[in-house]
Formats: sequence, structure tokens, C-alpha cells
Amino acid sequence: MPDSASPVSAADVSVHTLYRAGSTRRIALITGLSLLVIVTAVLSAGIGTVSITPQDTVLAIGHSCAVSIQNFLHAFLPSVAAWYDAIPFTIPAPENPQAELIVVGFRLPRIFLAILTGISLAVAGAVMQGLLRNPLVSPFTLGLSSAASFGAALAIVLGPGVLVSYFLLSYDMWIVVFAFLFGWLSMILVYWISRSRGTTQSTLILAGVVIGYLFTAGVMALKYTTNNEKLRELMVWLMGGMWGASWSAVLLLVPLVIVCFILLERSAWDLNALSAGDDVAKNLGIDVERLRLSGLMISTFAASCCLAFTGIIGFIGLMGPHICRMIIGSDHRYLIPCAGLTGALILLVSDTAARTIMSPVEIPVGIIMYAIGGVFFLFLIMRGKGRGLY
Amino acid sequence: MEIVIEDVCKEYGEKRVLDTISFSVGKSEIVALVGPNGSGKSTLIKTLAGIHRQTSGSISIDGTDIRKIDPIELAKCVGYVPQHFTYTLYSTVFETVLLGRRQHIRWSVSDEELSRVQHSLDALEMGNMAGSYMDQLSGGERQKVFIARALAQDPKLFLFDEPTSALDIRYQIGVMETMREITWERGAGMIVAVHDLNLAYRYADTVVVLHGGRMAGYGKPQDILTPECISNVYGVDAFVVENEQGKFLVPFRARAAP
Repeated sequence: MPDSASPVSAADVSVHTLYRAGSTRRIALITGLSLLVIVTAVLSAGIGTVSITPQDTVLAIGHSCAVSIQNFLHAFLPSVAAWYDAIPFTIPAPENPQAELIVVGFRLPRIFLAILTGISLAVAGAVMQGLLRNPLVSPFTLGLSSAASFGAALAIVLGPGVLVSYFLLSYDMWIVVFAFLFGWLSMILVYWISRSRGTTQSTLILAGVVIGYLFTAGVMALKYTTNNEKLRELMVWLMGGMWGASWSAVLLLVPLVIVCFILLERSAWDLNALSAGDDVAKNLGIDVERLRLSGLMISTFAASCCLAFTGIIGFIGLMGPHICRMIIGSDHRYLIPCAGLTGALILLVSDTAARTIMSPVEIPVGIIMYAIGGVFFLFLIMRGKGRGLY
Repeated sequence: MEIVIEDVCKEYGEKRVLDTISFSVGKSEIVALVGPNGSGKSTLIKTLAGIHRQTSGSISIDGTDIRKIDPIELAKCVGYVPQHFTYTLYSTVFETVLLGRRQHIRWSVSDEELSRVQHSLDALEMGNMAGSYMDQLSGGERQKVFIARALAQDPKLFLFDEPTSALDIRYQIGVMETMREITWERGAGMIVAVHDLNLAYRYADTVVVLHGGRMAGYGKPQDILTPECISNVYGVDAFVVENEQGKFLVPFRARAAP
């Protein structure tokens, strides 16, 4: 074995040194990635058909936040509002009078949706790959995308006439609800099949693939039988994008994604132990079946929530975790947040490019994302191993 | 420290793979499990490791039935090295060994845990490979990493399922010597499934011979591993050679199946 390929191969380097140095570098990377996502988000908010300077973008966000806090306090906490009003420092409004409306009203929800979707898909992918010890697993392997597509297709084919006239939700929300419910249903079906056959990796993956094909058959049947107008609407949804962004969607997703992230991050050590095999993990006191099922349910839930608003966004759930593993190693304590941030960054950059390259015409985000992510992944492979941070 | 196995049976559906197995393991005692493929060695090891539950019978550690011990506490008592091991592509040697301390770690890793990892690696002369990636090691080195992981668990009972199967003869002897030293130093017991009867002959205090899920022999190696026993259990003719180094079994002919 070539010693030069080892990250540190000197005999006098202790485990303490290796561990501390690795941890410091990984935390620095995660901090750097977090800052990069924030800076990219600010820059992205300024880019578009109407260009806004970074300074105006920051002022627009700051001023809008200050006004929102003030309104909230006056409405619900008048005693605190008086104290808040007495603060001598105020954030000035941006120079460009349209900046606040464009940045806060239109672009930020879309940016937040891209970040949340990137985080949830990449985290779900990292966790699923760890749970099933299979690098080809992604949120879509277990039938999620096909099931969500079927749900959305069903809502689109039923059409606004049927759904909105009988129920209170808007047509767009029905597509979201159907996509989420069917995405979640796919996981329930996989769970149900695996409960009767045992939660081994192969059972879960096979069950997921079969469920995926069944829903794909449903989508194809709906495509075949529907009219042209609905077919086009369906194809747009299947290509995915951030068109469904709104503050209400963001406010709904933020707590869900945070809770799912915390729950999955809490199982990081158990996921590490599972990498040594089911038997070793069981010997280490881990309830492997419970870990596998709860991890899959939580990660599918997070992915379904976001996909319901965005349509099918591939690549991130599969490649995001791979890219991170090459950089930060396989310790899930660091891999999960790193994958989430990388997913957020890839989707944010891709979406920004998708809406600006041919502005004012938008192109599907998948085109940009597969190109950027694919080239970056190839670069990491060509760069070779042994130079990771771990 | 005493592990008592009493009338343990294990069934998969209609098939009984372990049938009334009873023996005990004392402090610093090495018990070798021998027997042909499919005789139940791995199943017995996994049952003792808490991976499977026995269908009937009892397994107790210092008088407490393992079914009544919390899985995390049981993990502190029993360390297991599987016959086939898996690892993640981008994991390093010390990260793999650190998994042996899982039950002691909540989130961050203390200096004490790292010291135990270092000690385990040093015991197997792998300290200089701590930062190497698992996929860069040879099969034998990887097996030693997994043995180091079990050492890091610091258990009362070591369970090894053919730990030397991927090792060359130098490593085989080295690993068995290390394991014997560790059981003596730590006062731990060890149950080791081996195919090489001479390793059992040389390093085990006690031998349990399994055949078709039943115990076909139990006692000191020189009393149990006789040519008659080998012939009955394996269907192989063998003879014993004795010199100043000790006794050695030489299998020389497989008998035709009846």
C-alpha cells in the first residue's frame, strides 16, 4: 500500500492529533460553506432582469426585517415595541426604490426554497446512503420521485374544476398536497413491504424500485390519456423548478426541514456504526431495524415536503453526499451538515443561473444543475483521493 | 468474570441450527469453536453477541441473563468481530476503530476514548496506519483493524468469527499471540471460531466441537481433537505429530461421502 496516498502516514502522529486536526478542518469547512451559501444568496438576490447592487440587496433585506419586527411588536407586544422604537439606530431603506419589492417580495422566497430543497434532498441522500450502505441510493431510489410525480400528475389531470370546486384549497396547493401525500405514501408502502420481509438493504431497495415502477406506470397512463394542455403543465412540473416559491411555502418548510435535520443529525454516530455492518452495529447496542426505518421515514418526509413545491429535482440527493464524502470523509456528524450546505449551494447557484442566463426566459434548473454538478464531481474524481480533510 | 451458556437452542423456522449447547467461559480463558461449515459456529457467536436471540436456553454474564441487559450495556461487555466485514470507502483506520467506543460517546470524542483507540492500534502494531484509508489496506490489515475495534470496546468477552481467515500464516500466529496476551492482561474471556485446528490446538484452553448444531466434543484440545473426532466430524482422516514444539494435527485424506 502506498504510504504517500495516506492523509497522514507518519508513525509518530497520534490518533489524538489526527482526530483534532481532522475535526478542526471539517468545522472550518462547514463554517466556510455556510458563509458561502449566505454570500451566494445575497448576490443571487441582486441578480436578475432588474439588477440590484449587493449593498441595496443587504439594505432591502435589513430594512424589511426591521419593519416586519416593528409591525409584529406593535401588533402583539406593545410594551417591547416602545423599547424597540427607542433604539437610536435604524436601517436605512435601499437607494433603489424597487429593491425591497423585488428582493424580498420575489427573489428571497425563491432563494430560500432553493436552499431548503437543496438541504433536504442532500441530507436525505446522505442519510439514505448511510442507512442502506449503498452509494447509488438517493431519495428517488425508494420510489419517492415517481410517487410524487404521480400525485402531481393526478392533481393536474383532475384539474382545477374538479378539485377547487369541491374543496377550499387553490389548484396549485392541490398539486403540492397530492405530490407530498403520494411521496409519503411510497415510503409507507416500502415500510409495509419491508416489515413483512425484513428491513435488509436489498429488501428496502427492491421494494423502493418496484414501488417506483408502479407509480411510473401510473404517470405514463395519465400522460397517455390526458390532453395537450395538461400534458405540458405536467411536463413542466416533472422537470422541476423554483416556480412554486412563496413566503408561505418557505415559512411552512423552515421548521419542518430544521426538525428533520436535527433528528437525522442526532443519529449520526449510529449511522457511523452501521457502516461496519448490521451485525457489528447490533453488537454495539444499536437497534438497526428501528434506526433504518425511522431514518428513512424522516429523510423521505423532508424530501417530500420540498419536492411537493419544486417538482422533481434530481442529482442533488445522489451526488451531493458523494461530493461531500470525497471532501469531508464519512463521519456523518460532519457529512450530514456538509451535504446539506453543498446541496443548498448547488441548487442555489443552478437556479440563479437558470433564471438569469436567458433572462427574462427561465430554463429548467435541472439543465444547469446536472452540468455544474457533473463537471464538479468529475473534477473531484480526477483530483484523486488522499487529499480530503479527514 | 464467567459466561455460562446453558441449553441454548436456535431455530430458523422449522430448522434447528443450534441444539442444546452448554458450556462456560472463565476469566482469561480461550474457547475455540471448531466444526465443519454449517455446523452452527457463526450462529452461536452471533447469538452470544446479542445479534440473534436464542429460541430457548440461557446465556448469562456474571449471573445476569443477557436478555435482561440493556443493549448498550451488553455492548460494553461483549466485543464481536464478524467473519465478513464492511467499511465505508472514505473512512480511516482510526475512525473505524473508534466505532468500538460508540457506546461511550454521546457526541464529541474525549481524550480517553482516543487513547483507547491508540492503545488498541498499538496492540496490533497498527499505530502507524491510524490515518490510512480502509480501502488502501490489504485484507489482512483490514481484519486487524476490525480486531482493534473489538479491543477498543474493552469487553469482558471477545467473540471472534474466524478472525484469521484472511491472514497469512505470520499474521495468523501474530494475531492469536496478541489475542492470548490480551485475554491474560485484561482477564477477559474469548470465544473464537476457527477452521485451522492447529490454531485451536495451540492457543485454546478449551475446545467446543460443533457438528450439525450439536456439541460433538467439549474439553481440552489434546483430549478432544483426536483423529477419531476429526474423522467423525469432518469425514477426514488425520494423524497427530508430536515434537518438542507440541502436538500437531495433520489431516491427509477426505473420505468418500457415504
